[in-house]
Amino acid sequence: MTMTTSSTSTSPSRKSGTRSGYRFNIVGMIGLAIILFWALIAIFAPVIIPYPVGEIVDVDYFGPLSREFWFGSDYLGRDMFSRILMGARYTVGISLAAVTIACFSGVVLGMIAAVAGGWLDTLLSRFLDALNSIPGKLFGLVVVAAVGSSIPVLILTLSVIYIPGSYRFARALAVNINAMDFITVARIRGENTFYLIRSEILPNIAGPVLADLGLRFVFIVLLLSGLSFLGLGVQPPYADWGALVRENIGGLPFGAPAVMFPSLAIASLTISVNLLIDNLPQKIRDRSE
Amino acid sequence: MINLVEICDLKVEATTDSGRRVEIIKGVSLSIAEGEIVALIGESGSGKTTIALTLMGHARPGCRISGGSVSVAGKDLVALTEKQRAKVRGTEVAYVPQSAAAAFNPATTIMDQVIEVTRIHGLMSPDEARTRAVELFRALSLPEPETIGSRYPHQVSGGQLQRLAAAMALIGDPKLVIFDEPTTALDVTTQIEVLRAFKAVMKKGGIAGVYVSHDLAVVAQIADRIVVLKGGETQETGTTEEILNAAKHPYTRELLAAFEPKPRGTVSPEAARGSLLKIEDLVAGYGRRQADGLPLVRAVEHVSLKVEKGRNLGIIGESGCGKSTLARAIAGILPAAVGKIVFDGKELGRSARDRSRDQLREMQIVFQYADTALNPAKSIEDILDRPLVFYHGMDRKARSVRIDELLDMVRLPRNLRHRRPAELSGGQKQRVNFARALAAEPKLILCDEITSALDTVVAAAVIDLLKELQRELGLSYIFISHDLSVVEAICDEIVVMYGGRKVEEIMPAKLKAPQHPYSQLLFSSVPKLDPAWLDGLAQDPELVRAYCRR
Repeated sequence: MTMTTSSTSTSPSRKSGTRSGYRFNIVGMIGLAIILFWALIAIFAPVIIPYPVGEIVDVDYFGPLSREFWFGSDYLGRDMFSRILMGARYTVGISLAAVTIACFSGVVLGMIAAVAGGWLDTLLSRFLDALNSIPGKLFGLVVVAAVGSSIPVLILTLSVIYIPGSYRFARALAVNINAMDFITVARIRGENTFYLIRSEILPNIAGPVLADLGLRFVFIVLLLSGLSFLGLGVQPPYADWGALVRENIGGLPFGAPAVMFPSLAIASLTISVNLLIDNLPQKIRDRSE
Repeated sequence: MINLVEICDLKVEATTDSGRRVEIIKGVSLSIAEGEIVALIGESGSGKTTIALTLMGHARPGCRISGGSVSVAGKDLVALTEKQRAKVRGTEVAYVPQSAAAAFNPATTIMDQVIEVTRIHGLMSPDEARTRAVELFRALSLPEPETIGSRYPHQVSGGQLQRLAAAMALIGDPKLVIFDEPTTALDVTTQIEVLRAFKAVMKKGGIAGVYVSHDLAVVAQIADRIVVLKGGETQETGTTEEILNAAKHPYTRELLAAFEPKPRGTVSPEAARGSLLKIEDLVAGYGRRQADGLPLVRAVEHVSLKVEKGRNLGIIGESGCGKSTLARAIAGILPAAVGKIVFDGKELGRSARDRSRDQLREMQIVFQYADTALNPAKSIEDILDRPLVFYHGMDRKARSVRIDELLDMVRLPRNLRHRRPAELSGGQKQRVNFARALAAEPKLILCDEITSALDTVVAAAVIDLLKELQRELGLSYIFISHDLSVVEAICDEIVVMYGGRKVEEIMPAKLKAPQHPYSQLLFSSVPKLDPAWLDGLAQDPELVRAYCRR
């Protein structure tokens, strides 16, 4: 990513979006465009799918690309195009909700622990370390098996699994900021913890935290796919992208499009999230301006 | 005779954030003869280090040498390839960094690092190199020259480490040594020893040197010639005598004037209206509490002092003497273990948490490092805005007016309010820090080494500003510094600290000379603008041994 930034900064002609005083390079824009594309698909999927998701419409299984079935058909002869469009709802929706909850709670708790210190810090850290020591997939497996698979349960389980990592990350960053003199100045001004974390610490750790959010989003997409692969994610006949890969894995030896396209969909989403996060619009700050 | 170094019309440019190119060295020419020591002097950002680094053919990341030539011993370093330059570095040109502590690898012994240069360039066998290193240690008057090499960097003091860095530079028998502010981070009493060692070694070996510094008095002791730089251009060049006695350029005169201590003079008696702050028997420190209720490491031991309204107290001492801890204890950042702090007639809580908002408002603290004391993510406006909301609850319009007033007070242009701290110079940042303290409308401001990180001229301007504000607002300051001339310029009373204890109290206005031996040593160690000062300085070796951890 650094390569692209440096190349755009040295050649002013290739810079895009500088008029507003912000620099937003082309790679970031592509990432954003792909994410927006999938978000729109997720919202409008029910309107645009050509066939109902659960209906067997093709006479053959693992059918090739054709005019009726753009992405071929799956192992039962269902239309892959429709299934991928509907799958976007689950993958994008669940992952986005889970990553938001995980990062929000993790970062807030992390900053509180760093600022408060003392027993609160120890208590939170040890508790979340304990949580972290349970393997993610196993934890998901047990919870989903015990409570039953539904979308809220999936969202909560995924976010609980990723809170400790986010907490550790934010706390490590916040501890460094917390040692700076401007925090001391704010403390002896008499500011409370809420002000310290919101106004003094958060703006200084926002960059790395967003990068972490991008990574964590990818992990959550992959874990969700993994859970679906084990049959604990979204329940049939609906399927998220991970489940689509799983149910069609038998088509891999034949090079069936039914297994390629959901994989490509997962890759395109996760890669573009990272492209966006690494290339967020930056305000151009120059002494003479 | 051909000069050893010829820099001809050197230009260095840097690329900014938005891809704009800025010329930071604008056509500088200078020459250095064999065995001559030339000082580059100027404020931060004047390009002195950049020029020094080009002598090794190096430009810092983001910068590049865009024009001119730098020839050292007949080789044009600008034209050489990176591989050829690597050959020159360490053998013909060597470098002594500002912070030796950061330049040494903490994981290997000093000897291994000192002789590394000879290994890289294949100059001599390791045994020869070790013998040579010990010779150098002796020449640099390091203690225990035979065995000091087997220690690790954290086992020697800062002044020793700086001399070891010089040994590292000298072992390759260079023709030219670049000293990049090597004594700036040292205490005055330590600085003397280091300067003496450098001077002796350079003179004996007939080695040419480039000495980068912002301290004219230090440079006067060691340099043959001085080049005054500002904004990437040469302002004046001359021998040390010429520069010190007959400076022509106004900027050089400004530098000289900034160095002359301006005693504060007597304060009108009506200024003294009773005591503002009284500290009795304060003990503060770090680490776990012992059985007797005292912390494990006591940085401040039984200190009592008094500040009167409208008057200033100076606290001086070397690094580690507890002066900053004292300030932190007074401000409540580090709660004192024992002692009473009475402020404006009322006893204060030991921790800032136990003090009321008004008590906190009336006592403000300004820190040494201006940049870490300002939140880099906020604009100057937001930084100054907060105390106005927090303490005074002003509305938006009143705050905006007040921010303009505050910026005027600290002599900063008003349009600066939209900038971020990273876009300001060191002096400007310190002014913003000061404006933030003033926004609270305090009665007392604790200044913890506020000018130490600033250039001489800028520091003098900040001191003048403090005096002026005091006249207008009737403030009191506690001024903590290791720099005697700064303290003398602003304080009515000076407390000398050593090893966590108050050693002596001096009133400069009454011209009472220091009585305590440590104060005498400290006062005599401050470099003077006289090239013969270092050679003529006679200090009692007994005294030096007793008080200096060299």
